[in-house]
Amino acid sequence: MSGVIERFVEVNRRRCRIWEKGEGETIGFLPGLGGTPRWTPFLDRLAGRRRVIVASPPGFPGSEGHDLLDERLDWVVAMLDLLEAAGLEGKDLVGVSVGASLAVEAAAVGRGLVRRLVLVSPFGFFDEREPTEDVFGQRPRDQAKLLMDGGAELFEQAFACPPGADETEWDIERVRAMEAAARWLWPLGDTRIGKRLHRVAQPTLLVWGTEDRIIPASHAKRFEHAIAGPVTLRSIAGAGHLADLDQPTALADLVLEFLDAGRGD
Amino acid sequence: MKLMFFHLMPYTKLPDDFAEKYRSVWVDVDPNLFDPVEAGGMYNDFIGELEAAAELGFDAVCVNEHHSNGYGLMPSPNLIAATLARNTRDSAICLLGNSLALYNPPMRVAEEMAMLDCMSGGRIIAGFPVGTPMDTCYAYGQNPSTLRQRYYEAHDLITRAWTAEKPFSFRGRFNDQRYVNPWPRPIQKPHPPIWVPGGGSIETWEWCARMDYVFCYLSYFGYQFARTAVTEFWGYMDRIKKDRNPYRSGFLQFVGVAETTEEAWDLYREPAEYFYNRCLRVSPRFVDPPGYTSEMTRRAKAASSVATAAKVASTGVATDFESIVKNGFVIIGNPDEVASQLREAVTDLNVGHLMLMLQFGNMKHELVLENLRLFAERVAPQLADLYDDEWEDHWWPQGATTRAKRSSGDPR
Repeated sequence: MSGVIERFVEVNRRRCRIWEKGEGETIGFLPGLGGTPRWTPFLDRLAGRRRVIVASPPGFPGSEGHDLLDERLDWVVAMLDLLEAAGLEGKDLVGVSVGASLAVEAAAVGRGLVRRLVLVSPFGFFDEREPTEDVFGQRPRDQAKLLMDGGAELFEQAFACPPGADETEWDIERVRAMEAAARWLWPLGDTRIGKRLHRVAQPTLLVWGTEDRIIPASHAKRFEHAIAGPVTLRSIAGAGHLADLDQPTALADLVLEFLDAGRGD
Repeated sequence: MKLMFFHLMPYTKLPDDFAEKYRSVWVDVDPNLFDPVEAGGMYNDFIGELEAAAELGFDAVCVNEHHSNGYGLMPSPNLIAATLARNTRDSAICLLGNSLALYNPPMRVAEEMAMLDCMSGGRIIAGFPVGTPMDTCYAYGQNPSTLRQRYYEAHDLITRAWTAEKPFSFRGRFNDQRYVNPWPRPIQKPHPPIWVPGGGSIETWEWCARMDYVFCYLSYFGYQFARTAVTEFWGYMDRIKKDRNPYRSGFLQFVGVAETTEEAWDLYREPAEYFYNRCLRVSPRFVDPPGYTSEMTRRAKAASSVATAAKVASTGVATDFESIVKNGFVIIGNPDEVASQLREAVTDLNVGHLMLMLQFGNMKHELVLENLRLFAERVAPQLADLYDDEWEDHWWPQGATTRAKRSSGDPR
């Protein structure tokens, strides 16, 4: 994690972890299922060109306070507080998976809060014909296989206990991150985001991994149609649901290309 | 001590190849396996068995709540309890329970249990389970991360509703009611005794201990397996300076009684293997949704009984009758052998409320009735005296007549 600066901000009087690296125009990042327990190659590639701020939502690694959030509105307000406290107001924002579903809510409710928006496999819709996989109702190994195209081994590497850390506490932190996501998304139905997407007016890049086994690619179309602003829809080959972990370089380059195009916005 | 007949009401016609062909008996159990006409017969047999147990003098008959479950056909235990309130006279009716977080508003529980208490003449035990993940988080879609918080709040609302002397308003995190004023209200004062079934969640037994509620360790794996959790429960009681009154606890045990040991091995093999092979085929997918198990319990590495069930289901441990009996999951034998084993188990665990699963799996109705009769007539007399000269049961319904009082002609 060379060069990563760690700081903490308060949301609902609980601390949330912020990581920062790089220089240039700021990109905010909201992580996917399981959170960001360590700095990743995807973030590093972004940080090579931009200042990257990773905001860990309540209950995600390094952050507290998910147990205070009872309703969807509590979560959305907490995200507005987090993004503002992290210094991300008016900046570009990238979200993956659960992070993408939080990012799009923040963009819809906090109009003007987000400049350009990148959503990688956001949760939000439910389609009985092509349902979202029940990612929580899985045995751990099956869950890992579902989340990444690279398979369970790559997943375990990404979330492995760092040297010297307490393994029990590390496991608890991992479960807590899943609990926080579940607290927000359970029972993986329709979050009613469709009612709010007419307020998402900024240019938006929607990305789906071609091997996403959690959310069918057809859900991308529903986001594309409902978002009011211009939408660019792209797929990433060889990427599962957590595309930032499966294909860090390809995704980072796609994100940078899209955000760079908005410099004149 | 108290001897209580506990019924799960299992579907008794799961196919022979269920364990091979089907993924789970719970949550996504195949609906095509359910024959409503057959189920009608089962319900009537099961209710008859509960009534027979009451008639035979069991101190209580117990019903419970499960959803989308092939081994528990009682999504509404209150419906069964209503028939028992009418058709039994002396026995306590133990509702284990209503899973509080599933009722919106939880006032429904306050009302229905009060109805049952009125109808039964103050004979109900109010069981308040948190509920298994399969029932609550999957079959009923409750959020595992808020489940326990909702449970505690529902408890506060219900107990206040039962005891308040005037209408009040309730402002909780999850319940906001301008007018709380249940009609009817329970006969028992201040309210029916509260019992809490649990598995391995530490906060459940700690909360029971602090609240002076009965903690019921309900597992399908017998007294040997229960020892760890129950020992920890009593250890906690010691730490918070509460007495070791055995009536603070309950414990569930499968039992099969026959005239001879050999007969018991013959009679109970099929229903036991049916239960442990088919009924406990619980998909591990549904056992541990994130947030259901608290971080405190995770730290203590206490496995819940349902987690164990899934483990057993996935590893195939102890599903043949010899292993089932050897491991103490089911106690079988002639009346003296059963009495001796049960006496040892309850004394070892220091448990005053023994819940007896005398119907399990696909046990035939006639065999259930015989099991009940043998237990009531030949086993119960060997156990009934336990604890009564030392401890008083403060957690027994005020309107129920115990077996001891009935036999002495002492009226309710």
